[in-house]
Amino acid sequence: MGRLLEVKGLRTQFFTQDGVVHAVNGISYHVDEGETLGIVGESGCGKTVNVLSIMRLIPQPPGKIVGGEAWFDGRDLLKISEEEMRQVRGNRISMIFQDPMTSLNPVLTIEQQVSEALMLHLGMDRKQARKRSIELLEMVGIPEAASRIDDYPHQFSGGMRQRVMIAMGLSCNPQLLIADEPTTALDVTIQAQILELVKQLKREIGMAVIWITHDLGVVAGLADRVNVMYAGYIIESGPVKDIYGDPRHPYTIGLLRSVPRLDESVKEKLIPIEGLPPDLIDPPPGCPFAPRCQYQIEKCLKENPPLETVARGHMVACWVDVKRKGA
Amino acid sequence: MTTTTPTSTSKDNILVDVRHLRMWFPINRGIIIQRTVGYVKAVDDISFFVRRGETLGLVGESGCGKSTTGRAILQLYRPTSGEVYFDGQDLCKMKGEDLRRMRRRMQMIFQDPYASLNPRMTVGNIIGEPLEVHGIARGREKRERVQELLRVVGLNPYFVNRYPHEFSGGQRQRIGVARALAVNPDFIVCDEPISALDVSIRAQIINLLEELQEQFGLTYLFIAHDLSVVRHISNRVAVMYLGKIMELTSREELYENPLHPYTQALLSAVPIPDPVVEEKRRRIILEGDVPSPVNPPKGCNFCTRCPVVMEICKNEEPEFKEVQPGHWVACWRVGH
Repeated sequence: MGRLLEVKGLRTQFFTQDGVVHAVNGISYHVDEGETLGIVGESGCGKTVNVLSIMRLIPQPPGKIVGGEAWFDGRDLLKISEEEMRQVRGNRISMIFQDPMTSLNPVLTIEQQVSEALMLHLGMDRKQARKRSIELLEMVGIPEAASRIDDYPHQFSGGMRQRVMIAMGLSCNPQLLIADEPTTALDVTIQAQILELVKQLKREIGMAVIWITHDLGVVAGLADRVNVMYAGYIIESGPVKDIYGDPRHPYTIGLLRSVPRLDESVKEKLIPIEGLPPDLIDPPPGCPFAPRCQYQIEKCLKENPPLETVARGHMVACWVDVKRKGA
Repeated sequence: MTTTTPTSTSKDNILVDVRHLRMWFPINRGIIIQRTVGYVKAVDDISFFVRRGETLGLVGESGCGKSTTGRAILQLYRPTSGEVYFDGQDLCKMKGEDLRRMRRRMQMIFQDPYASLNPRMTVGNIIGEPLEVHGIARGREKRERVQELLRVVGLNPYFVNRYPHEFSGGQRQRIGVARALAVNPDFIVCDEPISALDVSIRAQIINLLEELQEQFGLTYLFIAHDLSVVRHISNRVAVMYLGKIMELTSREELYENPLHPYTQALLSAVPIPDPVVEEKRRRIILEGDVPSPVNPPKGCNFCTRCPVVMEICKNEEPEFKEVQPGHWVACWRVGH
């Protein structure tokens, strides 16, 4: 498999009245063709800002991409002109957002919204675009697509709107689909429908997917590789089975231990991660997780550990070898 | 109605006894002459009880009526019909001062810690307000009680003069818990208390709620849509769908031996954070969406999405039956 996207040292900051928010702090990762990368982390860890930076959708000001490269198809997305970027966005890379209620335009019909990208990027006329839009809506499982295409978003349920969003995302056969918490606003039975749909479409179309979520369960069944983010850093990265079966970073371990699981017997007490995520305006020196970490050593408070390989494809940013409980 | 509804058999141990509770919201049309053209049947004839000191979990998807049930029990909505016995007295028949006095014994913790605290009040005033309203403590005594409550929920007593915006989501939820505890209630309705919190903070709040239950002998109605969390915290669990309880039984029984097809589908849809397990799992994917509560289907409410639907399901409503001791199910395929 070839490299599709290679992000190097991406750094994004927001310049606010209260100070500089260090949202993404020099992260590097890649996505191969046809693979699914899960990005897991809590709110404020920079997972969304990271992909918005790559898509050049960060509002500037207050935001600013202060450094890094994002190589896609031989071009650095952060350097190309806005005109060129528009050729990429929605065409080669498309994005679906968390909230299907607010990311569709309420005053345009579904047809107008789905066919927009088809006419813009693929040069279809209105009739062709309508025909293709109906096919897309059928593909994502919207019943009676041919008649519902003239409806407005408010006439669809949450799950159906998310299907419309996916249809829009797929309309130009993108090589990369970025999904930012697309099932968080949905109920579990509807989430199961959408996950099944995405898996099936991936098999059929073979696109790569970046799936952003805070739900460890969703990524387990979907991703090939996982990046765990904390306070604007990738703190652990690796194949999905390593991350869940052999987690090495104390934060990943803590996160997995703190959620109750349906397939395990009920525990007396959950084991929470004590404390709070750090303030991104004034982050602690050293490892961002150190103040909450049970394995903390002196070095953790002074120096931020780099992301280092511990096993094939499995990288961890931690001074302590948690497995041996020593530095 | 039949006698098989899960009402109390032995009176001693039951704190809250809900019988045939209905909460219909009228839909009105017309500007000057208003007439009711229909009802949103948010809760439609449900019966259950909560034992003293236990946690009853109430799960279901959005719009199934679980929050409405919690609010109707506390009389924040006046139920359309039915009875809610709290310690033997029917709350639905109470009003005015009598009801206000009963409210001291039942409290609520809300979902959104950002919206449920008044941003213009200090933490001290937020937690102290119920103490004053119910005439429990004033002045210095109140201040001391507020500080003690802050300590109990794991916050620094020094925070009394701060405002809600100075706290994180998890800390705010702790303030909400302290406010609920202020009047020494017997019964707390926890309405999705952790849904708005970050994953690493959720376990902190769940543990806090469990510790407080042990310490003060509290009884919880725990409303949530996350089945793994409900399983962790509850003694018994009720599954709601479109305004009705589909299944109600002990936690062990529900998760090991779910009898209602909806419960089975719901459990199979919950993702498990383990790629090895996920690979082998077989999901029951439900078709379509939840029907509108304005016009629920004839017969069983679940019949439009049920993978094992029969002819009778579309015409007649199944009875909510005790099929095994302590295990109630409303399904034509089970025990009919």
